[in-house]
Amino acid sequence: MSLPSTTEIIEDLEFFDDWEDRYKYIIDLGKSLPAMDDELKTELRLVKGCQSSVWIEPGEAGDRMTFIVDSDAIIVRGLLALVMAAYDNKTAADINAFDIDAYFSELDLERHLSPTRGNGLKSIVARIQAMAKAAL
Amino acid sequence: MSFDVTAIRKEFPILERKIDGKPLIYLDNAATTQKPQCVIDAIVDYYTQCNANVHRGAHQLADEATRRFENARDIIAQFLNAKARHEVIWTSGTTESINIVAHGLTKLLKAGDEVVVTAMEHHANLVTWQQACLQAGASLHIAPISDLGELDLDAFDALLNENTKMVAFPHVSNALGSVNPIKRLTQKAKEVGAWVLVDGAQGAAHGDIDVQDIGCDFYAFSAHKIYGPMGVGILWGREEVLADWPVWQTGGEMISRVSYSESSWNVLPYRLEAGTPNVGDAIAMGAAIKWYSELDQAAVQAHEKALMMSATEQAMAFDGLRIIGNAHHKVGAISFVMDSGHPADIGFLLDRQGIAIRTGDHCAQPLMDRFQVPGTARASFAVYNTLEEVDALFEALRKVKTMLA
Ligand SMILES: Cc1ncc(COP(=O)(O)O)c(C=O)c1O
Repeated sequence: MSLPSTTEIIEDLEFFDDWEDRYKYIIDLGKSLPAMDDELKTELRLVKGCQSSVWIEPGEAGDRMTFIVDSDAIIVRGLLALVMAAYDNKTAADINAFDIDAYFSELDLERHLSPTRGNGLKSIVARIQAMAKAAL
Repeated sequence: MSFDVTAIRKEFPILERKIDGKPLIYLDNAATTQKPQCVIDAIVDYYTQCNANVHRGAHQLADEATRRFENARDIIAQFLNAKARHEVIWTSGTTESINIVAHGLTKLLKAGDEVVVTAMEHHANLVTWQQACLQAGASLHIAPISDLGELDLDAFDALLNENTKMVAFPHVSNALGSVNPIKRLTQKAKEVGAWVLVDGAQGAAHGDIDVQDIGCDFYAFSAHKIYGPMGVGILWGREEVLADWPVWQTGGEMISRVSYSESSWNVLPYRLEAGTPNVGDAIAMGAAIKWYSELDQAAVQAHEKALMMSATEQAMAFDGLRIIGNAHHKVGAISFVMDSGHPADIGFLLDRQGIAIRTGDHCAQPLMDRFQVPGTARASFAVYNTLEEVDALFEALRKVKTMLA
């Protein structure tokens, strides 16, 4: 997966000052997020937002936690790519130590993590955090 | 009388808001409309001048509050052309109104009875009957709709028989904008002796309602979708039916005599209004209906029709956009999907441009399944919207399309 790191994302997004460029960047990230196989998109992996759906499949690689995630909405896919930059292929300790709220505020995207958005992103983040805590 | 949209807009303080520095374009009126200053004033005035519990206090404030509260009931009765004011029951909204009827129906249904609804219901007018049927061992039948989003009248008629006890349908579909021929549907249902409930949540703000002319037994609607406050609504019921309808909640106000072993019920409308009502909002709902009724109705309807026509024409000309629901008779809302993105993406990118619409399943999941879409984007209109706002919507949609490409 050739997704940028959190630092690269922060740097990239800092560079744009108008909302269109920022969201085009997020949309492009969404397009480059590898898709989840359709067979995997079952009820079990579904986090239903009232606007869009998100799926998550956790896995592991050695001592690292891995995740396959997907959404039917492209902007949510882009935001998931931002979340994956922080969480995918990291140890439970890394995940626990990472301040996701600060990261989203730094990106000026904190509105997407608000529970009212109904895009499933908040629930995904909570789920990953809970899995990481349990794995400690 | 004439119609001046600029003057009307001035009555709605929220329309001056900016969203991220851009003027708000509010096209989510089917979810809830904004409130004119006179409605906001009615709430403030109630709490600053005459807050008291109604029907019980032995003091002047209680008298004033009761008078205003009951006066609001008169306004609603007149708006609906109800035969009597006590046919108007205050509820918390459409959902509660339907639940009151469904709750009573559960006690009246027997195994083998049938209830008919349509394929275009809001969950409020579907899950309620579904659960009533499940509890009573009755069966629920769904009248199908065409690809245009119109009720299949022959199929509807064919579902009716002597076992049909209740028939419920929306005046106007919230997800498609389709207007149902409610008088005709009511007549057919009455021929088999069924009760008829019209879900008027989306109908109340878009045309004349005359419950006597419709001939239905129940009409339900919410204040907040017709320029009034949230948390209050109406169940209108025909007196002969309501007078014996099984009571819903029990408690204060709704009783006439109570002993430790039994109670007898109050008369209409109180027998269905247990507990302290939402007095302040009921009064404000009266103010909203009065405000709305005093507008030139023909001009309002012509204005809203022009908005819908412009939106429909522009949508049809928009490459890669598909309207969901093309009924011949539509009001208030236009639902669509786009090849370039999910409804949630459309809604989000419109929001960034100051345009508020609704996206999602519109509380009508089976209907979305019927059209095989995950949801739609829906723009819905009110008296204060302008043709320029409709143009702005499509301008913004062009930007959405480029961004998602
Ligand atoms: C057709 C229809 N029925 C019922 C309802 C429920 O109304 P409320 O949430 O005000 O009770 C709505 C609201 O969206 C609606 O559009």
